[in-house]
Amino acid sequence: MDKSYLTYPKRGYGQDHEFYKWRLSTERKNIQWKDGTKVAVSLIIPLEFFPLNPSGVPFKHPGAMVTPYPDLRHFTVRDYGNRVGVFRILEALENADVKASFAVNGEVARRYPPLIDAIKNAGHEIIAHGLSTDHIHHEGLSASEEKALITETLSCFHSAPKGWLSPARNQSSRTLGLLRGAGLDYCLDWEMDQLPVAITTDVTLIPNSYELSDFTLLHTRRQTEESWLKQIQDAIELLVSEHTRFGGQMLGLTLTPYVIGQPFRIWALRALLAHVKDNPEVNTLTAGEINQQFVSQNANPS
Amino acid sequence: MKADPNLYDYWPYANRPKITWPGGKKLAFWIAPNIEFYEFMPPGNPQRSPWPNAVPNVQQYSQRDFGNRVGHLRLMELLDRHKLRGSVSLNVALCDHHPEIVEDCARRDWEFFSHGIYNTRYSYGLSPDQEQAVLDDSIRSVEAATGQRIRGYLAPALTHTEATLDLIAENDFWYSCDLFQDDQPQPLKTKTGKLVSMPYSLEVNDVITYSVMGMDPDRYADILKRHFDQLLLEGERSGTVMCIPLHAYLVSQPNRIKMFEQALAHITAHRDDVWFATGREIAKHFIDNYWDSSLDDIKARGVATGGTGFSHG
Repeated sequence: MDKSYLTYPKRGYGQDHEFYKWRLSTERKNIQWKDGTKVAVSLIIPLEFFPLNPSGVPFKHPGAMVTPYPDLRHFTVRDYGNRVGVFRILEALENADVKASFAVNGEVARRYPPLIDAIKNAGHEIIAHGLSTDHIHHEGLSASEEKALITETLSCFHSAPKGWLSPARNQSSRTLGLLRGAGLDYCLDWEMDQLPVAITTDVTLIPNSYELSDFTLLHTRRQTEESWLKQIQDAIELLVSEHTRFGGQMLGLTLTPYVIGQPFRIWALRALLAHVKDNPEVNTLTAGEINQQFVSQNANPS
Repeated sequence: MKADPNLYDYWPYANRPKITWPGGKKLAFWIAPNIEFYEFMPPGNPQRSPWPNAVPNVQQYSQRDFGNRVGHLRLMELLDRHKLRGSVSLNVALCDHHPEIVEDCARRDWEFFSHGIYNTRYSYGLSPDQEQAVLDDSIRSVEAATGQRIRGYLAPALTHTEATLDLIAENDFWYSCDLFQDDQPQPLKTKTGKLVSMPYSLEVNDVITYSVMGMDPDRYADILKRHFDQLLLEGERSGTVMCIPLHAYLVSQPNRIKMFEQALAHITAHRDDVWFATGREIAKHFIDNYWDSSLDDIKARGVATGGTGFSHG
């Protein structure tokens, strides 16, 4: 092994990168949500295009094609989410009078304008979600290649999104620096806290739970809808209880149209929305609203 | 290799023209027992091994043989009790290996469609002529065994070529079970013919629920009921389709069949609202009544891309 392997240039107090400073959760400045509720739930709905011929660079996106080309099976199961599943989610949101943040691949915006119209007309937020599931941001891209990827993604939208979710939530060490330059205000890839974190590049990192994502629990880990729902309810209950010590809390939750949008699963989303609406200590906010309230209170500068 | 198969146009589920099933029914229900033959010593395919570990795979082979020896009969008797006819997804070589089973289904006036020759022979790497030979064999074998002209196709082990759907349309098939993008039938963009994409569902398929997702029988029965209830609710706006694809080596196991029967009892208790049909009957009703209006509506949405499958306009 090369000598450098046993040298530790970043070994010292705090993080090993410059995006934000090390800070224990007890050291934050509290946030108070404007409506006085204790917990803000933010619903993130990814709308993804999975090409039939993924390059798999630098890795295959979760949910990418599995069997040899042409893998019509996985292509059409994913496509179900954009055609059918998302409309079940939209209906559930409308009935509960809840606004959500739709994280949209540029390719989806380009291909399916009626879907974008349906989301906008219902008053939801649209954030950018990279170009497609096969356009992963990673260290192997040059700064100009990655910048071009972001520019092309944003060009797919008629009004420029202010929020960003990376495909597979993967980044290069340059991504955060490039987002602000492209006019983006907040990013949902990182989840090192229960509150937003401001970083040196002036982008807000808004936490987004991997562990409570429907894709993780219902698809990857094959747990039941009952269990997913109960775990979210338990999480909300705990966050409510921490409000006394830590002020307003938040929970970012992913709803995947081809997972939760299945006919036999949609009841669980309806139940979740009813649970949130019935609880006076909890409300839903879009990622953009969370960012606005966070920035206006200047709660956790880096 | 194409990024997008272009087999159908984008068609948002909201505000589609209303489909009504015969008798004013809201949901068309069909049940598709897969009657399959997995070879003991299949040849290899360069793109995919016929069994997940080694050949022969005794445990997996014999479990599927249990389906043929014990399971299908158990399932047939269950469907009889609920006055349901199956639409058989058939590996057509089974007509030669186990003709007794095919006769039992034919006597019940069940429908047959092709699921390839064997589930251990994949479409990968077949030339259009070779794939045509599989279709010829399928049509001929089922006709010889039952007198039925098959109208549906589910590619063996869900393996395809770029030519598959054009070929089956050219051979006057009416529906494909290979695409899972929707809960309603819809037109496919084949070069000739009128080929319907028929909802067949992987999500409630017992291979997915039991073998892949590891569900227990109570949970399987629960999701079948919920799936049905939701699609029936939506069928009020525009007729939906629910299919339960089954494999007797899984669903007919002694520990599982009772809970499956409970789900079926729930579904068949809604006879006023549900059209109990076969795949062919649903495809025909769609083609005769909704083919043109569907295409018109898709076009009106302004995002039709033209062209045909794997060939962009």
